[in-house]
Amino acid sequence: MNILVISLITLGVTGLLAALILYFVAQKFKVEEDPRIDQVVEVLPGANCGGCGFAGCRALAEACVKADNLDSINCPVGGSAVMAQVADILGMAAVASEPKIAVVRCNGTCEARPRTNRYDGTQNCRIVHNLYAGETGCPFGCLGCGDCVRACQFDAIHINPTTGLPEVDEEKCTACGACAKACPRNIIELRKKGPKGRRMVVECVNKDKGAVARKACLNACIGCGKCQKVCEFDAITVENNVAYIDFTKCRLCRKCEAECPTGAIHAVNFPPRKEKPAEPKPAPKPAESKPAEPKPVDAKSAEQKVAESKPVEAQPVEVKPAETQPAAQVEPTKPQEQQSVEQKTVEPKPVDPTPSAETESKQ
Amino acid sequence: MTTFKIGGVHPDDNKIYSAGCPITPVDLPKQAIIPLSQHIGAPAVPVVQKGDKVKVGQLIAQAGGFVSAPVHSPVSGTIFKIDSTIDAWGMRMPAIFINVEGDEWDESIDRSEKLNPVCRLSPKEIVEKIQNAGIVGLGGACFPTHVKLTPPPGKKAEVLIVNGVECEPYLTCDHQLMLEKSEEIMVGIEILKKALGIEQAIIGIEKNKPDAIEVMDRLASRRIGVTVLPLNLKYPQGGEKQLIDACIGRQVPSGALPIEVGAVVDNVATIYAVYEAVQKNKPLIDRVMTVTGKSVKKPGNYLVRFGTPLSQVLEVAGGIPADTGKIIGGGPMMGRAMSNVEMPTNKRVSGLLLLPEDESVRPEPQNCIRCAKCVQACPMGLEPYLLSKQSEYGLWDEMEKHNVMDCIECGCCQFTCPSFRPLLDYVRMGKATVGGILRARAASQKK
Repeated sequence: MNILVISLITLGVTGLLAALILYFVAQKFKVEEDPRIDQVVEVLPGANCGGCGFAGCRALAEACVKADNLDSINCPVGGSAVMAQVADILGMAAVASEPKIAVVRCNGTCEARPRTNRYDGTQNCRIVHNLYAGETGCPFGCLGCGDCVRACQFDAIHINPTTGLPEVDEEKCTACGACAKACPRNIIELRKKGPKGRRMVVECVNKDKGAVARKACLNACIGCGKCQKVCEFDAITVENNVAYIDFTKCRLCRKCEAECPTGAIHAVNFPPRKEKPAEPKPAPKPAESKPAEPKPVDAKSAEQKVAESKPVEAQPVEVKPAETQPAAQVEPTKPQEQQSVEQKTVEPKPVDPTPSAETESKQ
Repeated sequence: MTTFKIGGVHPDDNKIYSAGCPITPVDLPKQAIIPLSQHIGAPAVPVVQKGDKVKVGQLIAQAGGFVSAPVHSPVSGTIFKIDSTIDAWGMRMPAIFINVEGDEWDESIDRSEKLNPVCRLSPKEIVEKIQNAGIVGLGGACFPTHVKLTPPPGKKAEVLIVNGVECEPYLTCDHQLMLEKSEEIMVGIEILKKALGIEQAIIGIEKNKPDAIEVMDRLASRRIGVTVLPLNLKYPQGGEKQLIDACIGRQVPSGALPIEVGAVVDNVATIYAVYEAVQKNKPLIDRVMTVTGKSVKKPGNYLVRFGTPLSQVLEVAGGIPADTGKIIGGGPMMGRAMSNVEMPTNKRVSGLLLLPEDESVRPEPQNCIRCAKCVQACPMGLEPYLLSKQSEYGLWDEMEKHNVMDCIECGCCQFTCPSFRPLLDYVRMGKATVGGILRARAASQKK
């Protein structure tokens, strides 16, 4: 009996002592945290993508709570809707931000930019970029190994197997910037989505002189400056032989697109132009497709020759872009692709080095 | 066992194709294209313009700073233009184009073959003459030699280590140079000892070159303070940190240079160039390079003037064989496959290896099996399996913590991996990225 009582009392006292110690320790080492942080985390998307520039959603919530205002903080995935909710919780003014989208600024497709050698190493853009210029004559262009695809957490960017270039899904892209950071050549840029998704883009980042760039790729920007001259809004600058459209100044008038001799400037998501009478219907006209028939064969043999011959200088592919593109894109899938095809067929430009030589002397 | 203690692998040396081939000069090109950046450091700045007439050995571009080197004309003729050309990897590089006319040399250069064994210059004059001659390390790194010979304040050189190892398989140019120009190399060693103010020089030569060991040993035994150390075969014995470990048993600390342990390492080809510069007033305008490969018709060691297109050198070696899969600049371990052979020869190119198609194919990588063979093989004591995974996931901070900047890119890890994983590719890429981050950090801290 005695032993039972003694052990019960001992245990009880030990328990009480432990409880007291725990209570005081808990009080001393208590982590003071603002309960609003948890509230903000609740409304954030929870993807931890880092698009805001912070290390995950919780870090963004902490920054929001600490900040005086939300001017410099934005969650691109949640967008204005989420930032408004955060502002509500914290009693601050909401900031409306322009929706953005990732834009791939290279149009060096397999057809326009022939291969000059074969690469059989690791399929990783950063590794290839670190090693050499790439499989084509353009040391600035897309390498097509898919670092951007692997970086995307929203399944919004994929390599098109025909063109070899990445394409952004306009519905899924959240403009978090992961693909832009992943690209070792800074080809992908976050640009304003634009009203009805319409925007003007120079799809080239090649800084070589015009003739050199054009030799490597038919769709290159040759830095001629015609677009800059015709822009009434001062939105275009030509630096290092390449044009750049400032999306904060661009008014979408499309004059630059009409002036561009190589088709490097693209009008994305626009309806087809109604003024030009020679506009082809969805199926290519017989007059245009006849010369197109022998051309793809030539294109293939030229490409095969280029792919088979190993370290040989790039053979300029004698292919007219206007004629082969309808043959390749007979079933247009997306409206904007159809428009850009139509733009090219409407204004065929021959593969003639003289215009670029002329423009080079103008520089 | 006289060799370095950590890591290493044993590839087949495949030197048989070009071993023993006497050094053969290659004809002058019709147009020489001389790059302005043939060294580590700032590119050289041209001092000539279109239309100028130049002679062999004349200065055409001055150094762009202390860690830089001047460039001299390897041919005589007229400057055609100063423009950019494409290097072997498709990248643009600025260069001076010279239309070759005859072979007229600058009058100050002594062209005789007679050995000039005595040097009466002071150490300072020697270093200055080496700097003005544009001498850079010809072992592959192209580090300006005069910078190596100018220890920073507080550091003192104790021993000169001569790199006669040539551990890279297939390459034999250094070996042939040791056989044919041993006397000149010895004089060069004495000149460097004088410039550094040291008493001791060790010549490291791998045991697969017994004839070179014999020749150099015979000459070294007649001198004071020069010894030949035959080394056990192991790749990468020729890496300067590994060579220092093998020769004097000291390990260079992480991130430091060899001068930290009192050693200065120079390649035999560099030392021969030093001899020519100091004793014959000949600036660096040519070098010996190996052209080799199983299918090459005339493999050998060729003396080429800089500016000669590589395609011309390949023609002399019998042309590009039909079954060629890759043309590698350098050796199979550290060299990089080329996509353009119009690139001119320059201080950087020590050899061309033409691999047939069946030897060029890379097997499909499998999963890492955590065997740690790469860790065993790494001569710098790093963990390649970890670094390559970190590189794949873009964990640059982690890579920095795991000493990726100590990687010498020797290729032992990728060579030994049983799953054919491209370890070196990923680590090299990570190293380049982390290097960029460190440079940006240093630049912003200066502000």
